[in-house]
Amino acid sequence: MNKTDVLIIGAGPTGLFCAHQLGIIGLSCEIVDNLDKAGGQCIELYPDKPIYDIPAVPECTGEELTNNLLKQIKPFNIKFHLNERVEELKKNKNRWHVKTSAGIEFDVAAIVIAGGVGSFEPRKFSVKECEKFEGNSLFYSIKDKSIFKDKTISIFGGGDSALDWAIELSNNSKVNLIHRRDGFSGAEASVQKVKELNEQGKLNLYTKFQMDSVLGDKNIEKVKIKHDEGEIKEIKSDYVLGFFGLIMQLGPILDWGLNINKKTVEVNTENFETNVQGIFAIGDICSYPGKLKLILSGFHEGALAARGCFKYAKPDEKLRFEFTTTSKAAQERLGIKK
Amino acid sequence: MAKITYHTHDNKTHTVDVQKGLTVMEGAIQNDIPGIDADCGGGMACATCHVYVKEEWLNKLPAKEDGEEDMLDMAFEPKNNSRLSCQLIVSDELDGLEVNIPSKQG
Repeated sequence: MNKTDVLIIGAGPTGLFCAHQLGIIGLSCEIVDNLDKAGGQCIELYPDKPIYDIPAVPECTGEELTNNLLKQIKPFNIKFHLNERVEELKKNKNRWHVKTSAGIEFDVAAIVIAGGVGSFEPRKFSVKECEKFEGNSLFYSIKDKSIFKDKTISIFGGGDSALDWAIELSNNSKVNLIHRRDGFSGAEASVQKVKELNEQGKLNLYTKFQMDSVLGDKNIEKVKIKHDEGEIKEIKSDYVLGFFGLIMQLGPILDWGLNINKKTVEVNTENFETNVQGIFAIGDICSYPGKLKLILSGFHEGALAARGCFKYAKPDEKLRFEFTTTSKAAQERLGIKK
Repeated sequence: MAKITYHTHDNKTHTVDVQKGLTVMEGAIQNDIPGIDADCGGGMACATCHVYVKEEWLNKLPAKEDGEEDMLDMAFEPKNNSRLSCQLIVSDELDGLEVNIPSKQG
């Protein structure tokens, strides 16, 4: 059991800055995120795209913003639980008992949901039969590439994941790469490499094709792919891989008794608490009259929610407002030596 | 104002007046037309405002920017007439535009 003052759900910029604000006022926290790294949408959707509306930062990329926030919270030694999704919440007297997808448990005084637009899940094939094979001969990510040795693999997608795996697996497997158009969104060097491998016969490239159906009994045996103009090809496949990026799902948050409105959680604007005492929501996931889905709004919401957590974490103490420029306590928490 | 018609997956037709300058995505959200999620809020960073444009309108629309086609790779069942509705800005030229909203966005 991990005992801490506050559990933050979501390691995007809003969650990270809220952790900083908690640290400044002397509260401890831990952070859970479904992705394998911190940064949220900034890292997952636009790591290289410049952002121009962070106050006092004329231009920075999603990756730079994330790295700077991580640097800013370094003094607090915050524990991250990545690749984890919060599944269950239970009120236990004045505290919350939380359980994640991998069974990690937390005992906390308050919870801050900074979940963006939900947790990222792989986008799946639209063909219904695919579900039947998922996890056995159809995958959306690769954990053990050795199972593909000497097998025939059909990879769908046109981004970096699809291209990189097509190139990598073509060394020891027979690879078909299927994409809906001639253009690719992946790196140009990878596109060239794939085209070369196709010309050398080391990989079969099918463009302007999409999945039509999958055939097989227990495991996949063949896939049928359909061209834009209607032509259908049947290709033998032992495995099918789909790389269509990620989609955001609200997931278990829906079951926590919160007031949900169009995929967002309603909060008050005094401290961003939800209708459930001790549960706060900040950033893109919260809604209130006038809500702007900007990173800077998330920072403001995080600062107020952190202070809102104080009375749950330290019910017998009173929080005094202080500036980091002059507060000895805050500077000590930041590890500043004078 | 321009009239935009949204055909939703439940075979309903919604024709609404959308203010010029707004996007076809915003027109759907403001009028509570179901089936457009617009998770990223119009930033061309997701593909959950995906629509199918009625064929005769395809050539009348502004061309896709690079990023739009990349995002459409991620859309649910993309076709040749797929567009991201957040990239279609309503103008006099688009008065009468018809789009179909897919059965789901992800």
